[in-house]
Amino acid sequence: MTEHVNPLRDPQDRRLPRIAGPSVLVIFGVTGDLSRKKLMPAVYDLANRGLLPPGFGLVGFARRDWADQDFAKEVHDSVKEHARTPFREEVWQQLLEGIRFVPGEFSDDQAFETLRETIQELDEQRGTGGNHAFYLSIPPSFFDDVVGQLRRHGMADEKGQGWRRVVIEKPFGHDLRSARELNDIVSTVFPPESVFRIDHYLGKETVQNLLAFRFANQMFEPIWNNNYVSHVQITMAEDIGIGGRAGYYDGIGAARDVIQNHLMQLMALTAMEEPTSFEAAQLRTEKQKVLGAARPPVDIDAHTARGQYSAGWQGGEKVKGFLEEDGIKPDSFTETYAAIRVDIDNRRWAGVPFYLRSAKRMPRRVTEIALNFKRAPHLPFTSTDTEELGINALVMRIQPDEGITMRFGAKVPSTQMEIREVSMDFNYGGSFTESSPEAYERLILDVLLGEPPLFPQHEEVELSWQILDPILNRWAELGGPVDQYESGTWGPQSGIDMLARDGFVWRRP
Amino acid sequence: MIIHLNHTNAGAISSTIRKARRSSGTASGLVFTLVVMVSARRYEEALEAALQAGREHPSRIILVVKGTGRTSKLDADIHFGEDAPGDVITLRMGGEVAEHADSVVLPLLLPDSPVVAWWPNESPVDPADDPIGRLAKRRITDASGVTHSLQALRLRAEHHAIGDTDLTWTRLTVWRALLAAALDQYPARISSAKVEADRDNAPAELLASWLESRLHVPVVRTTNDGPGITAVRLTTAAGDIAIIRTDGLLATYEVPGQPRRKVALKRRSLTELISEELRRLDADDIFEAAAATLVKRWDNPDRTKPKKARA
Repeated sequence: MTEHVNPLRDPQDRRLPRIAGPSVLVIFGVTGDLSRKKLMPAVYDLANRGLLPPGFGLVGFARRDWADQDFAKEVHDSVKEHARTPFREEVWQQLLEGIRFVPGEFSDDQAFETLRETIQELDEQRGTGGNHAFYLSIPPSFFDDVVGQLRRHGMADEKGQGWRRVVIEKPFGHDLRSARELNDIVSTVFPPESVFRIDHYLGKETVQNLLAFRFANQMFEPIWNNNYVSHVQITMAEDIGIGGRAGYYDGIGAARDVIQNHLMQLMALTAMEEPTSFEAAQLRTEKQKVLGAARPPVDIDAHTARGQYSAGWQGGEKVKGFLEEDGIKPDSFTETYAAIRVDIDNRRWAGVPFYLRSAKRMPRRVTEIALNFKRAPHLPFTSTDTEELGINALVMRIQPDEGITMRFGAKVPSTQMEIREVSMDFNYGGSFTESSPEAYERLILDVLLGEPPLFPQHEEVELSWQILDPILNRWAELGGPVDQYESGTWGPQSGIDMLARDGFVWRRP
Repeated sequence: MIIHLNHTNAGAISSTIRKARRSSGTASGLVFTLVVMVSARRYEEALEAALQAGREHPSRIILVVKGTGRTSKLDADIHFGEDAPGDVITLRMGGEVAEHADSVVLPLLLPDSPVVAWWPNESPVDPADDPIGRLAKRRITDASGVTHSLQALRLRAEHHAIGDTDLTWTRLTVWRALLAAALDQYPARISSAKVEADRDNAPAELLASWLESRLHVPVVRTTNDGPGITAVRLTTAAGDIAIIRTDGLLATYEVPGQPRRKVALKRRSLTELISEELRRLDADDIFEAAAATLVKRWDNPDRTKPKKARA
């Protein structure tokens, strides 16, 4: 028998969105901030855009003494407050029919038995077709419990036609060893293609914009290599401090929190070769190849820098230093600023250092990838003419206002000959970002559709740890005290020195 | 910032925009020019929809408003700044110059980027051969925006050219998506189909045509009191796959052997429609096929007259 082809679908018909199949989404840790501010509103927004199937169930699991309607009210409030699209009663009615709550602890067998019954009941009443996604919005230390419970209560194995998927969030471990342990826990129960690792910093739109920019154009590829590029700077700066997240952040630090996942992914997307197609496997192969060719510096002390923000003024507000934050030990050597040099040993990038930096309490919130070019081999001008000429740069701005900036020299009008740096900007849209789908909407939809291309699998996670582990070990060996940088500045002197050693300076993003 | 120019011409409008842009220092990242041909009466509504759509697709929007006066005149309002995503130019013309609107619009088009023409209400019989239509890569009409929408849709279908599209088609996307998803989930052979809607409902006619062109089975169109499309039924050996929407908001969704479910299926606003339309500027083969079927169905006497719903 040939495969059934839906006569109403046609590859030419590109208006038709793909609607997720009937399914149940079970959220663990549903009372958390992330769930209230992002997940539940994203579920509503998807429904509002008509992308959720008529048979859809949302099950919350948490340690609260709630009935279904209490949870429904919670969802209702979070949707009203945080959803991107306007509230419509009829959409809410559609969702409401499938909302359930199961109270309990992660160690409570009875609660998981109730969960199994609840899901089964939804399958029967709502026709959710035995398709279940489990979103673990909980600390990794509980993964073992929850995944084990799911297995014991028969919720993890696919029987018949339904699928089972599990969603986990960063951090994926705190070093290579723990990442492997975590993966072992999850992979004993779920096959690799059913595990979705979500990096919520990296929206799918962003990745697709990057891929389109690099591979749909002819004019950038010829210069995208060590013949023209001198070095690459990838920055993610946050203006906020650690806020109330001391418990999470102490002992983790900027490198584990952001560089390992987000910046390594951005680096891989910037440096990888062209995939043969944009299928999941092809894209991952290319990312893995380039991560496999990347290595940490030999002299770690000279080519990395770390720091902690000290008390100061950030954007007109007086703020505390990291060591004075509530819940942080005064002798903590967790870094809030991390900068590392990574070299990629392949033909395209040999000799081009990639500098990755991530920090809190910077002057402004910005994420960008900057390719800095070599100087022209010969400048047919006097040196005074080109005093103001910086270096050419191509900047892919990730956020805020996603876009492309090019920096090049131009003659200042009506001078004899004076060349100055100018920028040319492209924005993905003036207020485009406001109406573009929230990253979580794409993520959840992809999970329900079973489309994993842009989620990293555990090989990528492990390769990233392999680059970072030697650096983290060296930092642990050195211990404290860590260099301080005043809040609201672009980081410690050691960070500036680290680039100066190679003859470069950080861009001001 | 709004700048009024009375008794002006395209050159003066261009240079005003250039000056305004230089003084505000904004970079141009506009992706296309949208030319809207609108009557004075419907101007506000079209402007609002174009502005909202422009937020998703930063563009230059040119609204051409033709007056009835006999003296030849051209006034322009240039809307520029924070509340508008791109440039918005309103051209009010009367008399002789109104017959040569394309001569004003042509110099104002953004260089090298696509042009989209939109007639929210009355449109030329053959948009592709209209002076403004000829400038455009994509021509959007709206049969539902005129009094006799069925006739208008028929006319559109007959004169369809590559790059033409009608908002009637856009209105159907949510229905079509749901129907396609139903067949994804329940892959059964369809033996016949039925579309129920109020009388003179152009989208219903087009939906029936699309179903016929895709399924190659008889598609019956029945009438009732609406509002809009009230139900679509696809008959299979095991029973009907049905999407029933009686209130224009919330539909029920039925598949043989599965529980009945609710799904929100709202009639979408003009802004949403035009935003969807501007997302893709390539030829729409599926619409073309549906339009061709519509003409065929019309000419087939068996189906010319919509049948009364059986009580």
